[in-house]
Amino acid sequence: MTTILPSPRHGPPLLEIRDLRTQFGFGPGTVNAVQGVDLRIAPGEIVGLVGESGSGKSVLALSILRLIQTPGRIAGGQILFDGRDVLAMSARDLGRWRGRDIGIIFQQPQGCLNPVRRIGWQVAEPLRQQERLTRRAAWDGAVSLLRSVGIPAPEEKALAYPHQLSGGQAQRVMIAIALALRPRLLIADEPTTALDVTIQAQILELLRDSCRHAGTSLLLVTHDLGVVARLADRVAVMYAGRIVEDGPVATMLDDPGHPYARGLLRAAPRLGQSGGERLQDIPGGIPDLSRAAPGCAFAPRCGRRASLALARCLEEMPPLATVRPDHRLRCWAAPDATGARS
Amino acid sequence: MGRYVLKRLLLLVPVVIGIMLITFLMKALIPTDAATAIYQGQLSEQDAAQAIAALRAKYHLDLPWYEQFLLYVGDLAHGDLGESIRLRKPVIDEIGYRYVNTILLTGAALAIALVVGLATGILAAARRNTWLDVTATTIGLFGISMPAFFFGLLLILLCSVWLRILPVVPHGPLAIVLPAVALGLIEAAPLSRVARSSMIDVLRRDYIQAARARGASEIALILCHALPNALIVVLTVVGLQIGNLLGGAFIVETIFSWHGIGELAVNAIQWRDFALTQAIILISAVTYLVINLVADILYAWLDPRVELVS
Amino acid sequence: MSEALLEEPVFEAVPRWRQLLGRLLRNRSAVAGSTVLLILVLLAAFAPLIAPYDPFKINPAQRLMPPGALHWLGTDEVGRDLLSRIIHGTRYFLLICAVTASISASIGTVLGLIAGAGSSLTDGIIMRMIDILLAFPYILMVLVVVAILGPSLWTGMAAVGIAGIPGYARLVRSAVLTIKAEDYVVSVRALGASEAEILFRTVLPNVLSPLIVYLSFATPLAALLASALSFAGLGTQPPAPEWGAMLVNSRTYLFSAWWAVAAPGTALFISIFGMNILGNGLRDVLDPRS
Repeated sequence: MTTILPSPRHGPPLLEIRDLRTQFGFGPGTVNAVQGVDLRIAPGEIVGLVGESGSGKSVLALSILRLIQTPGRIAGGQILFDGRDVLAMSARDLGRWRGRDIGIIFQQPQGCLNPVRRIGWQVAEPLRQQERLTRRAAWDGAVSLLRSVGIPAPEEKALAYPHQLSGGQAQRVMIAIALALRPRLLIADEPTTALDVTIQAQILELLRDSCRHAGTSLLLVTHDLGVVARLADRVAVMYAGRIVEDGPVATMLDDPGHPYARGLLRAAPRLGQSGGERLQDIPGGIPDLSRAAPGCAFAPRCGRRASLALARCLEEMPPLATVRPDHRLRCWAAPDATGARS
Repeated sequence: MGRYVLKRLLLLVPVVIGIMLITFLMKALIPTDAATAIYQGQLSEQDAAQAIAALRAKYHLDLPWYEQFLLYVGDLAHGDLGESIRLRKPVIDEIGYRYVNTILLTGAALAIALVVGLATGILAAARRNTWLDVTATTIGLFGISMPAFFFGLLLILLCSVWLRILPVVPHGPLAIVLPAVALGLIEAAPLSRVARSSMIDVLRRDYIQAARARGASEIALILCHALPNALIVVLTVVGLQIGNLLGGAFIVETIFSWHGIGELAVNAIQWRDFALTQAIILISAVTYLVINLVADILYAWLDPRVELVS
Repeated sequence: MSEALLEEPVFEAVPRWRQLLGRLLRNRSAVAGSTVLLILVLLAAFAPLIAPYDPFKINPAQRLMPPGALHWLGTDEVGRDLLSRIIHGTRYFLLICAVTASISASIGTVLGLIAGAGSSLTDGIIMRMIDILLAFPYILMVLVVVAILGPSLWTGMAAVGIAGIPGYARLVRSAVLTIKAEDYVVSVRALGASEAEILFRTVLPNVLSPLIVYLSFATPLAALLASALSFAGLGTQPPAPEWGAMLVNSRTYLFSAWWAVAAPGTALFISIFGMNILGNGLRDVLDPRS
């Protein structure tokens, strides 16, 4: 399959998020799931968003599409899609923008399909609605979409119901539906977490190839570094509602600057590790997101802060500083801009 | 699908036989039979004894029970449901037109219940926790607690006396309005409750969120995506409620003098007319069974996840 | 601060039933429903003291009088004071609730326990019987029993009670089957407890929750049906001041003396409504799923 290299990072970004804040609940127990996130995605770029459970990455993904519902709400910030202010869109514009310019696939593919409708109609529906095709034309379009995502015998499979599909097949169908109208940006929220390991690789390749082929940007939300390694051009790491590091995939997977990112790398099991070695986890747990503590959110768990005895980490939140043109880092304890290691 | 229907129909047979046995055995358990009830105290001892014996012979009341059962089934096969001792005519004549009336009433009430129940339930789920929801839920609670006979009487008071929009004894097509509304509104209450909770459950599902992410409007989400799924649960409840509907119809008929089999059943029991009672119960039970079967088939047809071959 | 994250809340050991009681008392529905029930019980217990007149005393000169100073709710077609009859009617209502619930719940629970806890053969036999009984709608079952036994208060209650048995049996059986398969039962069995011990100590207390919730909904339904029977002349017979029976004769005077119809009907409605609200409250507290 021919691949189109990602366009260089000049020119206006496709998606620009500025200081986005999303909260859940009211009063003293309000949970600040997303606390001031800045992120940019260029046209045709594949960005991996990595973080553990509770980091706010899924909430961020839903916030971009304004899918957060009570008791949650977007508390501030800006989301610009191709220059348009997403947060200011009317309900009608939002309805037209979703599905056509931006798409999303979720973790549990079978749960996302309507159990009482045949697969073919679910794929054909966006074609019929947004492009006003006839039933026949939409059905044919659906079948060819199913073929393009690798579903064998698509004419027959289109007549099946969701419960008759395997997890991998269901996710392929979701990808087909999401890409049906050729959106400019696709968000994939943990797309392979619920699938068998053997299927994961296939789905990820499908995602990569489909997006490259159509020039669609992809925001891949995951907790799994391995997933990111296969696909992404850039990796952003999230912790406790904030982006803590954001850089090119090569650097991020080899030698990241943030102690948390380094911890994630160390914790990932590798081929070639001897059987006697212990897996290294990051001690401690994520902080309580309903309590605002001054200082860096990772500080209590940070080995580097402890070894360097940096008081500043506990008192002042470090800003997301640009240490290189394509690399940002939020850390007081990172030695210097060139990333010399301790 | 055809095989499923056939299988269910075949399974009906033993149940129907069981029902026939039970209704037949009813008679065996009655301490005094209708024959004695009619003649006791009316004639002198000796004449009474003779008349009772004659009646007993006529209705084969003196044969052993298994022979009577076989005769009974044989008669049924010929469409002969026996003769009403009290009314002195074949049961089937009396039941025929009344049965149709009861079906009409139940059907009209079910239609009203479905429309009102679904509409209020869906509205309450879509506007959850607003005043609309609270009102609908409270009215639903009222409906479940309201005795059908009291509601019927209230409706008569309201419509015929205070508002004067209907004559006291309506004739023709108008006659079905009040009884159907009385029964229908009361049955709408449990349906509304189930519709609401089913819709709330479905609206929480991932595929609704996925459809919303594709730009579906709220109305489209509720009507096109959620409703078909929620209806499946509602249909199950409707099937369970048919029994209540039938029972309610029996009571409502007596209030509004609607000439259905319910009214007849009540009278038959008061008269201790066993042939009549037996026949009505048999017919009602079989009807209920058939309606349940139809509901099951409908359910299997609507929900593709149901296994048709066990 | 990070130190604050390390402190652990301290849990006191509060007995479960007291926890439940506390939650019940805070639940508005449960409180409202219990109040209605309490009022009914008080009225029933002290009826002869509270009621201003003898509920059976006929007074033709005062028939069909509208509500007024002498008779707060008016009089019926033979001059009996409606308020007194309503108050005494609480006794019938509570008796009906108690008897029907006892019959249905006790026999149904026993059957359900046997079916659920016994061998699959006993389960099969009992469930086939229940299924055949369930082939009859509720009301037909009741009519069958009344047809056999003749109409009266006790036959009406027996009929409704018997008709309610399959519902309880099915509920208890499915609860037992679910609980039997749960891990905590398996582990208790692995520790060497006998089947009887398991049944009574572990299974039964967990069946109580759904049973109580079902009871709170099924009882008002049974009471409704019993009153409907009386109204149709197939249950409690007049002149007993049972609310359904009161309507049998009063309905003839619907247009001239609507209060004779409104009083017993409203009393019935409020009582059933109260019990349903209590059922809602119980379900909120006892059923973890909702």
